[in-house]
Amino acid sequence: MSRLGLYVPGDSLVHRAPAGLKLLVMVAAGVGSVFLRAPWQVAVALAVVLLAYVVAGLPPRTVVRQVRPLLWVGLVTAVFHVVVNGWQRAVVVVGVLAVLVLLAALVTLTTRATELVDAVVSACRPLRVLRVDPDRVGLMIALGIRCVPVVVGLAEDVRDAQRARGLAASPRAFAVPLIVRSLRHADALGEALAARGLDD
Amino acid sequence: MPVIEARGVGHAYGDRTVLRDLDVTLGEQRVGVVGANGSGKSTFARMLNGLVLPTRGRVTVDGLDTRTHGRDVRRRVGFCFTDPDAQIVMPTVAEDVAFGLRRRGLGKAEVAERVAAALAAYGLAGHADHPAHLLSGGQKQLLALASVLVTEPAVLVMDEPTTLLDLRNATMISEVVAGLPQQVLLVTHHLDLLDGFDRVLVFDDGRVVCDDLPDAAVGYYRKLMS
Repeated sequence: MSRLGLYVPGDSLVHRAPAGLKLLVMVAAGVGSVFLRAPWQVAVALAVVLLAYVVAGLPPRTVVRQVRPLLWVGLVTAVFHVVVNGWQRAVVVVGVLAVLVLLAALVTLTTRATELVDAVVSACRPLRVLRVDPDRVGLMIALGIRCVPVVVGLAEDVRDAQRARGLAASPRAFAVPLIVRSLRHADALGEALAARGLDD
Repeated sequence: MPVIEARGVGHAYGDRTVLRDLDVTLGEQRVGVVGANGSGKSTFARMLNGLVLPTRGRVTVDGLDTRTHGRDVRRRVGFCFTDPDAQIVMPTVAEDVAFGLRRRGLGKAEVAERVAAALAAYGLAGHADHPAHLLSGGQKQLLALASVLVTEPAVLVMDEPTTLLDLRNATMISEVVAGLPQQVLLVTHHLDLLDGFDRVLVFDDGRVVCDDLPDAAVGYYRKLMS
């Protein structure tokens, strides 16, 4: 569950903070990160985010799980910057990446999808002028969060089916059935949404 | 009991005719539908809440035409699909149950109360904040069922709700369904689920070929398939 950065129930200060505020902090951090220049600044940012994890009562294991997928991207980026721009720049770029991913994960780990959706829906209200339906945007986000584990599950099924038939790991033999299954799932999901009165 | 009527109903996907000359009136509390794969029973089930509109004829629920009153019909007719994963739209259990209550003008407290009651009724009370994808197959189908029933439909249409489940979970779902006050139309391949039903329709090649009490209809179906 925490591997996918999904909501972990809790009653900490971070959990109770309004979803809108958390999203706002995340956006502000994203914008602010552009101005970080020195490794010590990144270290401070990282310390603040890790402190927030402690306040939220999330174990170090969870922190590691959030950044583990970044390992290869981080490594390549780091090597590139060490060669081209020097080690300080490498620390800043990779550090900022980790800080932002951790922060985003912290938001989804401590906020119910419904609250996130409600916050986004109210933030999108002004977009009504542009004929954007805020509820539709909110639903899209909820479905997005819900679909991560579903597609992971589909991918595991496809991999198992490949192994069962003794096929070697070929990207095409993996991608095509996964896309087909995902589209089929999307169709079924659409039908279920209609049955549950979404467009009524 | 609500009354579902199909009058002169036919349906085709392009050139492929999947239903023809269907005329039935369903007013019983428990109606079963059996038939081979591709016999048109899923299409028929989807017509009862207007998910599929017939290319010929009309379907009404308590006199409301699915074509012109789709919204009112869907409020009356809940639908439960085969694959609960496709039906669960929110990331956590309680949120999914609450989804059906959105835009109904209910207060937050009332929604929370109804959600809690539904979760308790279907044995999911301890899972309110759990991610839906960590539930077992049977629990997912219970969640799908709870999410539909929380909206208090008068009719529940189920399209092979136990096909993906093991025997224990299938039995559990059928026990839950047996206790419902609603009118239930159950499409299934698990013929023993139809014990105690009031009426069973057998579909074959887009037609109702038998319409009888469970014993007689299931016997007919077995012979047809052998």
